[in-house]
Amino acid sequence: MSRRDPKYTGSPWEHFAQWRRGEYDPSAGRLETRPPETERRADREAALLRSYVRADRRDEYTLGLAKRIGGFNRIYRALAVVLALFLTVLLLVTVSYLPAFGDISAPENNEVAQRYIEKGLEETGAVNIVAGMILDYRAFDTFGESCVLFVAMCCVLLLLRVDKEADPHSQAVEDMSDRFFEPHHNTILQMAARILTPLSVIFGIYVVLNGHISPGGGFSGGAIIGTGLILYLTAFGFARTGAFMTERLIKTLTVSALTFYCFAKSYSFYTGANHLPSFITPGVPGAILSAGLIVYLNVCVGIVVACTMYTFYTMFRKGGF
Amino acid sequence: MGGSIFTNYEEITAVVLFVIGLMDLLMQSNLVKKIIGLDIMDCAVYLFLAAKGYIAGRAAPIYVDGILDASHYINPIPAGLVLTGIVVSVSVSALLMALTICLYREYHTLDLDEIMILLRRRETEEVRRLTRESGEGGGK
Amino acid sequence: MTVLRIMLLAFLVVCAVAVSVSRRLLVSVTIYTAFSLVMAIIWLILESPDLAITEAAVGAGVTSILFFIMLKKIRSIQTTARQDGGEGQAPSGPAGSVDGED
Repeated sequence: MSRRDPKYTGSPWEHFAQWRRGEYDPSAGRLETRPPETERRADREAALLRSYVRADRRDEYTLGLAKRIGGFNRIYRALAVVLALFLTVLLLVTVSYLPAFGDISAPENNEVAQRYIEKGLEETGAVNIVAGMILDYRAFDTFGESCVLFVAMCCVLLLLRVDKEADPHSQAVEDMSDRFFEPHHNTILQMAARILTPLSVIFGIYVVLNGHISPGGGFSGGAIIGTGLILYLTAFGFARTGAFMTERLIKTLTVSALTFYCFAKSYSFYTGANHLPSFITPGVPGAILSAGLIVYLNVCVGIVVACTMYTFYTMFRKGGF
Repeated sequence: MGGSIFTNYEEITAVVLFVIGLMDLLMQSNLVKKIIGLDIMDCAVYLFLAAKGYIAGRAAPIYVDGILDASHYINPIPAGLVLTGIVVSVSVSALLMALTICLYREYHTLDLDEIMILLRRRETEEVRRLTRESGEGGGK
Repeated sequence: MTVLRIMLLAFLVVCAVAVSVSRRLLVSVTIYTAFSLVMAIIWLILESPDLAITEAAVGAGVTSILFFIMLKKIRSIQTTARQDGGEGQAPSGPAGSVDGED
């Protein structure tokens, strides 16, 4: 029965049987489904070594815990629970004296909100009152927030950046650890990314450009664009994204967006405060290019947010662009 | 006790979430759980603010059908404040995560108690080494 | 509407407690993502669509991506640096263990 038919050799059925026995891998050389065997062996050896280090440290840890921290920890936990109960009761009593939910006569529904709503369309031209508020009346607040994002990006760069030239060894370690637990050229992910990346980037641009007409704006749209870029990077690797999202591009985009924001809004505030004629007009409410500076400021904020999110991801993943 | 404790569900939830987040910060020794606790505290504050801006029976603050009357829309100010806060909180937690990765590189653990003990041990060794060196220097 | 509000708010509290008591960090982060999504629905109920879209993009999207990539980074640093963070039970109990998947 086991005599092999010459027709059978090399037929799809034989491949199927071999695949079922685990002798044949149809995706060998084309699709990587698991990390290479050598890396996994190194992983296992490292785990063995780790357990020794662990046992050594655990002894010392338990000793130290018993001696120094044990008593303090118990008091600390008891105090924390007491604090939690106290805080809960205090805040609940406070809440019980607040005006009821949805009450119109609550003190925060005062003439400021009324002024923003009644004069907003006329003065800013934005259909979305919140966008008109945060990007026109309170634009410097939003400018400070964009700067907070920029500073956070700088801090993450400072903490996690790996210098390729000065430290080739840790760059190699980063490259290797980046490949751990992650097969390259995942076809499912790549197909999904081919469809979803353009969609999410276009949707992000739509949300940014319509920030003054509909819900959304620079923050959410920028985050959506950043997520699309992150998806593309996850599917196709650093070689593809590194071609256009370079460090230089991100730096230029972020700094020029912040500078434009600062100067444009300074001009608008200066002319507005001194009752000077200004070429910024509210325009026709509802059109894309209306609402004065709000569209451009939304674009600036969107650029800053998208670059920041992308930089966070690359820094966390590999320590370089 | 005032009377509105039975209607302010959002505010009560905000209080409970705030305390849960604070307890995460105080009691958990894992750094990642501490970061999540801080995020939960952020969310509690935003929920409180947005609940205070809500007015029953009114629409979202977007002009519809050219109605400019203030009696049709909810209070937009808390929404603006919270919008600012959400994005700041994500950059804060990204910064905390970067610091956590740095700590993990140095101490190979996420447990704050363990990090404190390793730090203390390292300090003791350093002090011992310094005193030994200075003692040898004084002996000569 | 009131019932829906109460259900969503109760879900928030349950999620927050589950984040605090779950043993594995991967589970905590996933539950936190669910927390953010429910938060986005609550913003819609509170008539703040701006907040809803921002929370869905930033809170549920970017924050959880960053959390996941940090967990992956920590696991991989752990293996390359020949050190341990989480095989078995960590010394101080459940809170100390890094996501112990294998």
